Amino acid sequence: MFAKITIDNLNLYYGSFHALKNVSMLINTNQVTAIIGPSGCGKSTLLRCINRMNEVITNVDVEGSIEIDGEDILAKGVDLRELRRKVGMVFQRPNPFPLSIFDNVAYGPWVHRIRNLKELQRRVEESLQAVGLWDALKDRLDTSALKLSSEQQQRICIARLVAARSEILLMDEPCSALDPIATAKVEELIYELKKEYTIVIVTHNMQQAARISDESGFMLLGELVEFGHTDQLFTTPQDQRTEEYITGRYG
Amino acid sequence: MLFLATLVIFTPIATVLFVLIQRGLPEIRWEFLTQMPRMGMRQGGIFPAIVGTFYLVIGTVAIAMPVGIATAIYLSEYAKETRLKRLIEIAIVNLAGVPSVVYGLFGMGLFVLFLHFGSSILSGALTLAMMSLPVIITSSREALSSVPYSFREASLALGATRWQTVKHAVLPHALPGILTGTVLTIARAAGETAPILFTVAAFYLPKLPHSIFDQCMALPYHLYVITTQVPNVRISLQYGTALVLVGLVLGINLIAVLIRAHIRSQKKW
Ligand SMILES: Nc1ncnc2c1ncn2[C@@H]1O[C@H](COP(=O)(O)OP(=O)(O)OP(=O)(O)O)[C@@H](O)[C@H]1O
Ligand SMILES: [Mg+2]
Repeated sequence: MFAKITIDNLNLYYGSFHALKNVSMLINTNQVTAIIGPSGCGKSTLLRCINRMNEVITNVDVEGSIEIDGEDILAKGVDLRELRRKVGMVFQRPNPFPLSIFDNVAYGPWVHRIRNLKELQRRVEESLQAVGLWDALKDRLDTSALKLSSEQQQRICIARLVAARSEILLMDEPCSALDPIATAKVEELIYELKKEYTIVIVTHNMQQAARISDESGFMLLGELVEFGHTDQLFTTPQDQRTEEYITGRYG
Repeated sequence: MLFLATLVIFTPIATVLFVLIQRGLPEIRWEFLTQMPRMGMRQGGIFPAIVGTFYLVIGTVAIAMPVGIATAIYLSEYAKETRLKRLIEIAIVNLAGVPSVVYGLFGMGLFVLFLHFGSSILSGALTLAMMSLPVIITSSREALSSVPYSFREASLALGATRWQTVKHAVLPHALPGILTGTVLTIARAAGETAPILFTVAAFYLPKLPHSIFDQCMALPYHLYVITTQVPNVRISLQYGTALVLVGLVLGINLIAVLIRAHIRSQKKW
């Protein structure tokens, strides 16, 4: 097992607000790493550091380092397009474009200059296969993605990343807009996907973290309080604050 | 109550239209629309004025639409929240409230005299475009901001550049709104007299313009001329001209309404 992502002493400031404090963690290839913690502790902020999407909204200051495959992605001159292709993101609310299913899935390769129709078709099929939608949708690829159920939309959003050949999937509460049955199906998909991808998932649902992740981190007020094997973290937490949180005694 | 309010708004418009049609319609004949004015504009048609206004509208669209949309995209999608941006936004809001005659005088000073474009279609269209810009920018920005932020986020997170994001994930969904706003603004500009008064409009010019550096007649100014500057013009001729002008403006507005109806029918989110 080797580390796909190495986060070392990461600090992040929104203006004068210190949102991430000395976060360090190793995220392994072909594993699901879960990040849990109460609302506002910085889970999304941490996730958005890995594809540098924080910089899109406001001016933020980041210190420390994040290496992916040994490459410092916070360095000046990093190709953000390539970084974000490689590090894909799934959002809390499914956000397909108001385009056809085909155009949604082909969007990633398309903006990365793959314009050959055959190649696009190949990728769309392969991506929809990967997220388990191909058989259901192959005959209506030209209908709007917005006509699909939330679960299917979220799968489309994952297929978009597969088609772009992402290697890392960042998922920010990907199931919070889904009902329990859909959630279970998406969890199954995540389990399947980890054979090919490195997955970092933020979730409010501790059962979910326990079910699907190999390693887990618990965050509180911008700090990564504890990080380790999921079984260990949930059965024998080392830090009292972790224990209080997972046993539901936290605030 | 609402019915009354509707009535208060509707009655004057309906009355104006009714009177215009009643008195002006008999005048609307093929020759009226396609012939030069004769006998000191007391006879003949209004063809050069129609053509002039047509050219001015085309010119205004050609200038104001790209500039306005580009400005809106820059301000909404690219510009950082700085003090300069705030200042520009305030300036745009205020420019929208400047009386059209001020634009006319400014256009004369800048385009006609300083830049030596003379009294010409170019000067007139530039002046009309300048007057339309603040409104086009504002309505275009509204259309852009009605596109959900999540589209931009999804696109950028897939590694698209900002321009690709604007082009593929934002603009297509804002375009109908942008077009509606632009067309409505242009319709207003088509009926304006003050901005063209000093910059392009000819009192009487019984030939068609040959280039953008020629003067031309224009419907609003022609109407003003035959109603106040030329004695003994047939009343029906005046009403006929007014009817053509109103018909033109309403026609352009209708285009906007159709575009809007079209968007509504395909509203996707
Ligand atoms: N763009 C921003 N500007 C300023 N402060 C921000 C910004 N985004 C987030 N914050 C603040 O940073 C802190 C962490 O936010 P973040 O969204 O990462 O929390 P989270 O753990 O994902 O919460 P949730 O579980 O509610 O999604 C919060 O206190 C939030 O108010
Ligand atoms: Mg969050």
